[in-house]
Amino acid sequence: RIPPESFQTFKCEAPSLDVKVKKEDLLSMYKSMVAMRRMEMAADGLYKAKLIRGFCHLCTGQEAVGVGMEAALSEHDKVITAYRSHGFTYMRGGTISSILGELLGRKTGISGGKGGSMHMFTSNFFGGNGIVGAQVPIGAGIAFTQKYLGNKAATFIFYGDGAANQGQVFEAFNMAKLWNLPAVFVCENNKYGMGTSASRSSANTAYYTRGDYIPGIKVNGMDVLAVNQAVSYAKDWTVSAEKGPLVLEMETYRYSGHSMSDPGITYRSREEIQDVRAANDPVSGLKECLLENKVVSEDEIKSMDKSARARVDKAMEEAKASPQPDIEEFWTHVYKKGYEVPFLRGREPEEFHRYR
Amino acid sequence: VEMTVRDALNAALDEEMAADEKVYLLGEEVGQYNGAYKVSKGLLDKFGPKRVIDTPITESGICGLAVGSAFAGLKPVCEFMTWNFAMQAIDQIVNSAAKTHYMSGGNVDCPITFRGPNGAAAGVAAQHSQCFAAWYGSVPGLKVVSPWNSEDAKGLLKAAIRDPNPVVVLENELMYGVSFPMSEASLSKDFVVEIGKAKIEKEGTDVTIVAHSRSVGFALEAAYLLEKEGICSAEVINLRSIRPLDTETIIKSVKKTNRLVTVEGGWPQYGVGSEICAQIMESEAFDHLDAPVVRVTGADVPTPYAQNLEAFAFPDTEVIARVVKRTLNKQIGASN
Repeated sequence: RIPPESFQTFKCEAPSLDVKVKKEDLLSMYKSMVAMRRMEMAADGLYKAKLIRGFCHLCTGQEAVGVGMEAALSEHDKVITAYRSHGFTYMRGGTISSILGELLGRKTGISGGKGGSMHMFTSNFFGGNGIVGAQVPIGAGIAFTQKYLGNKAATFIFYGDGAANQGQVFEAFNMAKLWNLPAVFVCENNKYGMGTSASRSSANTAYYTRGDYIPGIKVNGMDVLAVNQAVSYAKDWTVSAEKGPLVLEMETYRYSGHSMSDPGITYRSREEIQDVRAANDPVSGLKECLLENKVVSEDEIKSMDKSARARVDKAMEEAKASPQPDIEEFWTHVYKKGYEVPFLRGREPEEFHRYR
Repeated sequence: VEMTVRDALNAALDEEMAADEKVYLLGEEVGQYNGAYKVSKGLLDKFGPKRVIDTPITESGICGLAVGSAFAGLKPVCEFMTWNFAMQAIDQIVNSAAKTHYMSGGNVDCPITFRGPNGAAAGVAAQHSQCFAAWYGSVPGLKVVSPWNSEDAKGLLKAAIRDPNPVVVLENELMYGVSFPMSEASLSKDFVVEIGKAKIEKEGTDVTIVAHSRSVGFALEAAYLLEKEGICSAEVINLRSIRPLDTETIIKSVKKTNRLVTVEGGWPQYGVGSEICAQIMESEAFDHLDAPVVRVTGADVPTPYAQNLEAFAFPDTEVIARVVKRTLNKQIGASN
């Protein structure tokens, strides 16, 4: 049973606090969370070693959101998010090696090294959008497609507390409600949009109420079981019950800065970060739950941690071993293969690529 | 058979929607109202509200939604009541639609058509009278077409809907009601106009006039006028596509006529004419020029409302004829 303060509701009933979860699912969640954190730590190291270029937004601290969600979804459900996308890519089928490979700009990267940190996709995960808020109406369009095709599945559309103030979000809310789309809008409230705290950006920081005519639930996003319960509820709401869209606010926290160039301490204190880590860490939380309920022993935990580290280390070596993309790939995928323009120009007239 | 540009566009939508369940139309007033300019007339009755979708006034939202549905496997035709309003949504067109196939390493497709009236209309002032050909034409990942007559309109819109890439279709409000003859072939449901191929509307030997959209009509009028006056034989090229630009056809023509005038309704700076000039400079056609290339364009001014001022803002037959005559008298290297 999860604590009653796991959920706060707006115009709907709360999900049940009685959680029934199989042992193997719990273990699988723990393994995913540890692997995700290890993967982000690896990315952090690679960035500091100057092997990763440009942007790199880590989800350390927010693991319960992606992992708890995935455990409630099927492969037919779709997910879209903004720029903090590594963790979701992993949960939606991207291998650690292909994610780190993408960050390194290598041939074996999940987008062939052409997208980088913010642009990773799988068959049921649509990225990865670097324009804050733009993914929200796109997500509504994916949900629209599910309805159009009669697929019994939902689309989970992630955005941050910062993006919550973009006009497009409200445009998407309106269409989703108007057309009863199977869309679940998930505000990942990690308290800061870059360096601007929620209270400095939002006239109403109760993001789960900001759908107005769309019911909402605030969820303890640091508790993987609460997330899982809320996502199951949302899926039933929009797919089985066909009640249209729902807003979920996942209250969470990022330990790292907004991106690698942000030390993350000019707008919040080191103590604040330490306090969350000590009292509310999602990985430690699940670990304690597993131990308290005697699901696993300390030794088994250690062994899972060790194996996650080994997996990530191996994936990192694989990724590093990959060469950069072939230079020919520069010209591919500007247009769909077979439907390209006749040629594209390079930097000067004699640098060009002819498709046909 | 004659057909208005409006009916040709309507036929294209009708045929492509009938051919493929995944094609649907969305936009403001496309359904019950029959389209702000009646392009979608009758389609709601025929295909129902699932496939002809009246949207709220919410351009960036509908554009984003349409792009998302294309990522997920549908083939949306996203109508903008005019391209002026698409400015609210240009981020979705440029950053989402045009780039995602590349950024995903080919993992995500975006088979979408964006369409609506572009360019100057009549008496609607600056916010509703401008050409976006140069804007969208500059973006890799997009294809951009700009039909002039009914055959162009039907064939290019059908090609756009069938293309698995995002395609921008720049129609022209002032052309919607104009009738043109339709060839037997163009009445077929299999008719398409290949994107990226210009059409020589009139052959000539002394000067090449390249135009797109409504300007093609003025260019042709000017060419016939000059021919009637015994001044010159002008070749008129209808670009049809802005991106890819059919430089091959232009270069071939310039090699024959040795003179080139470009015509468009858009602003002069960084425009379609500017691009053609640059491409000619960089090609072997440059050595065949007997006179400098000249651009006839919209004036470098926001479109004014008053009729006399508005008329001064856009190219017409008289301006084109004047510029062509001047070009004929110029010689590269001469000091006149």
